[in-house]
Amino acid sequence: MTETVHGTDVFQDNDGRGERPILEIKDLQVGFNTQEGLLKAVDGVNITLYRGQSLAIVGESGSGKSTTAHAIINLLPGTGHISGGQILLDGEDLTKASKKEMEAIRGRKIGFVPQDPMSNLNPVWSIGFQVEEAIKANGIATGRREVKKRAIEVLKQAGLQDADRRLKQFPHQFSGGMRQRVLIGMGLAADPQLLIADEPTSALDVTVQRVILDHLESLTRELGTTLLFITHDLGLAAERAEQLVVMYKGKVVESGPSVEILQNPQHPYTQRLVAAAPSLASRRIQATGSVQAAEAAISEDASAVAGEEIDLVATAEARAEMLETAASAPPAIIVEHLTKVFKIRGSGEFTAVDDVSFEIAKGTTTALVGESGSGKSTVAKMLLKLEEATSGKIVVGGKDLASTTGQELFKLRSRMQPVFQDPYGSLNPLRNIGNTIAEPLFTHKVGTKASRRERVYELLDQVSLPKSLVGRYPNELSGGQRQRIAIARALALKPEIVVLDEAVSALDVLVQAQILRLLADLQAELQLTYLFITHDLAVVRVIADNVCVMQKGRIVEAAATNEVFDDPKEQYTRDLLAAIPGASIELGA
Amino acid sequence: MPSNANTRPDQQHFVAPLEETPLVAIDSVKAEGKPSNLWRDAWADVRKRPMFWISAAMILLVVIVALFPSWFTQVAPNNDCQLANSNGGPADGHPLGFTKQGCDIYSRIIHGTSTSLSVGLIVTFLVAFLGIVFGALAGFYGGFIDSLLSRLGDIFFSIPYILAAVVVMSVLSKYANVWVISLAIGIFAWPSTARVLRAEVLRVKNADFVMAATALGVSRFRILLRHVLPNSIAPVIVITTISLASAIVAEATLSFLGVGLPSNTMSWGNDISAAQMDLRTAPQTLIYPSIALSVTVLSFIMLGEVVRDALDPKARAQR
Repeated sequence: MTETVHGTDVFQDNDGRGERPILEIKDLQVGFNTQEGLLKAVDGVNITLYRGQSLAIVGESGSGKSTTAHAIINLLPGTGHISGGQILLDGEDLTKASKKEMEAIRGRKIGFVPQDPMSNLNPVWSIGFQVEEAIKANGIATGRREVKKRAIEVLKQAGLQDADRRLKQFPHQFSGGMRQRVLIGMGLAADPQLLIADEPTSALDVTVQRVILDHLESLTRELGTTLLFITHDLGLAAERAEQLVVMYKGKVVESGPSVEILQNPQHPYTQRLVAAAPSLASRRIQATGSVQAAEAAISEDASAVAGEEIDLVATAEARAEMLETAASAPPAIIVEHLTKVFKIRGSGEFTAVDDVSFEIAKGTTTALVGESGSGKSTVAKMLLKLEEATSGKIVVGGKDLASTTGQELFKLRSRMQPVFQDPYGSLNPLRNIGNTIAEPLFTHKVGTKASRRERVYELLDQVSLPKSLVGRYPNELSGGQRQRIAIARALALKPEIVVLDEAVSALDVLVQAQILRLLADLQAELQLTYLFITHDLAVVRVIADNVCVMQKGRIVEAAATNEVFDDPKEQYTRDLLAAIPGASIELGA
Repeated sequence: MPSNANTRPDQQHFVAPLEETPLVAIDSVKAEGKPSNLWRDAWADVRKRPMFWISAAMILLVVIVALFPSWFTQVAPNNDCQLANSNGGPADGHPLGFTKQGCDIYSRIIHGTSTSLSVGLIVTFLVAFLGIVFGALAGFYGGFIDSLLSRLGDIFFSIPYILAAVVVMSVLSKYANVWVISLAIGIFAWPSTARVLRAEVLRVKNADFVMAATALGVSRFRILLRHVLPNSIAPVIVITTISLASAIVAEATLSFLGVGLPSNTMSWGNDISAAQMDLRTAPQTLIYPSIALSVTVLSFIMLGEVVRDALDPKARAQR
């Protein structure tokens, strides 16, 4: 990134003194009425933001970051309400504004870009109608022709080619990235002074995320818009914003210039976040050249406070030590010329997986990396024989999967187990934890009732959960705990191979780091072979020995992890690597 | 890289004191209180609602009356009828008066309860059984089975079940009894249950836990029984309670139309039917059996409402 300082000339003369902030939040309190009384979601938050600056609020789910943003535009969900403090927009207290005044402020003075581009455009109205609606609501233009002209301008500004044709199209004809462009365009349509973006790119592929954020940055700079955005990714926040606010359980734990915070995190929670963020860990390993060097470089400061179990560099180091013994093992999985063609009603055929070949040595981890639609999950399903291959060969433990049926397949299944992405969908909500973990044993008629119970306790212990959970149900557990249960279930039959299909993608960073450490420890302990499917290259750096990069059903690059990171051969791989946030940040190691 | 040059004096590095923002263990397990799942939560919710206890008490009373009519009246409903009492008002020992045939209204209502309730229960079991079997198979196995069962359901669905039952009952009038009338109603009432269950099964069968079970080698049928059905049955329970009420109404309707139970069988529907001629001269002959019918039906509908609210977490949150 360049060293451009936006809006410098506006305040250079008065050197910041006496200048009024565009947004000043003072001791903000937001409460939700629940059956147990008032629940404080935001507790004493202070934020100061000057014209032309960019600020990011970082935190995990439940930290109050989105609630703070919604409080600013007074769109708190459900029973939420501001119970104290001030929100000053250019000196005007928004907490005292009436509904009518607030309506005039939304859109015109404060633009808002929502999180999920898929659900924030109404599927039954054309894009043009929705953009024009936003323009009319903000009174930017009047008269049909004027409004349409402005709508085209907005879409052009948002970076959409042939905007006049696009106006007539419907949201389903747009990709996720294009929809987010439309939403950004609508947010900026009335040229607001402040733009709030709530996780604007979390639902998008990494390469798209990069393009969208670049565009957002140049656009806000051009218009002189002040930007406040919310993200869970510390690396992303530090890269994209000058100012950083780290929130934890409704409170601000650390705030200030982003580079300073990242290089020198003071609060233990920030230190934890820095240690657990995959993008930063990946950069750190990259910067120091090897995992060992990276681990040595930070062992004294951050990781000591953060705790080893969530320090990703320590996890990578632990794995690297283990790997030396497993390097020359025979392959556990051989995939040759695997192809899957789906028949689509009306439009012929779609090749989801196209001539894919790879091998995974016993006791090692191979990551299958790709963006949505690359066919990586389909490979996993074929490997688990949940989906039949159209052609090609999969050999697991010396057995050809295609010719394995009946009792033999049943036996083979016990050697190969999956863990899926969605922690809320992967456990049957009506079966208790004990029964869920014991189901594999029961299905494969392993042991007696008493020995099965013993095994369940042992497995709970392996995934670091208390035995008292056996009688409980999934709805009482957090996402990370559910994922631990899913891992325990997968391990029940002592499989050799575990297929992890985006197994950590839905988790908060700290929990994700914990689970990654757990997976690494289990691999060392049980000699497991992992097929790790993910969209996140940064995580790969920490957990995988080999990487296969997939694009549109094909493997475009396959090599050892270090090789792929140090010397990517394909442009697509380079794009993916460049999209990992935090490239330009000097880390304080 | 964003620069620091833009930072104002009041935006310097701030760190909250650790005492004010203490760290909590990451992802700690909270295992207090009783274990809870959908059914346990629903029960805990239902228990707090007066409407549940009122409707449950009413239903219990109706069941007891149906099982032990002699606990509630000593008067024979049919044998002691004297035409002298025809359409008579309340008399000593006959609190609700007499029918056109001079029979005791109260006693006939008490003794008719079992008929209405039996029809309701038989129809409900039939509807639930057919609906669950057909809906689950159609939704879970899909393809040809789905097309076959769904079209079959559509055929039955396209005929209003009252109309169909009228036709069936007029053909089978010779054999009319509680079982035949229940069958006639039930055969045509199951498709809506099947549709609801099919939709739920379609939703649940794509869940990851179903895929995990498949990857374990659990058989398809066992997955249906163990994982899919328990997670899709809740809405069926709700419509079942309500369908019990409509079955009782259907029986009354058929009897009223003269194609239901034979006139010598005591049922609320028959009594209402017989009373229609004398509505103006002797309203009690119509009103009391009607009240019995309404109260019973209302109790079941109320129970259905309560159960629906309890099983739908969204509805619960809104209260």
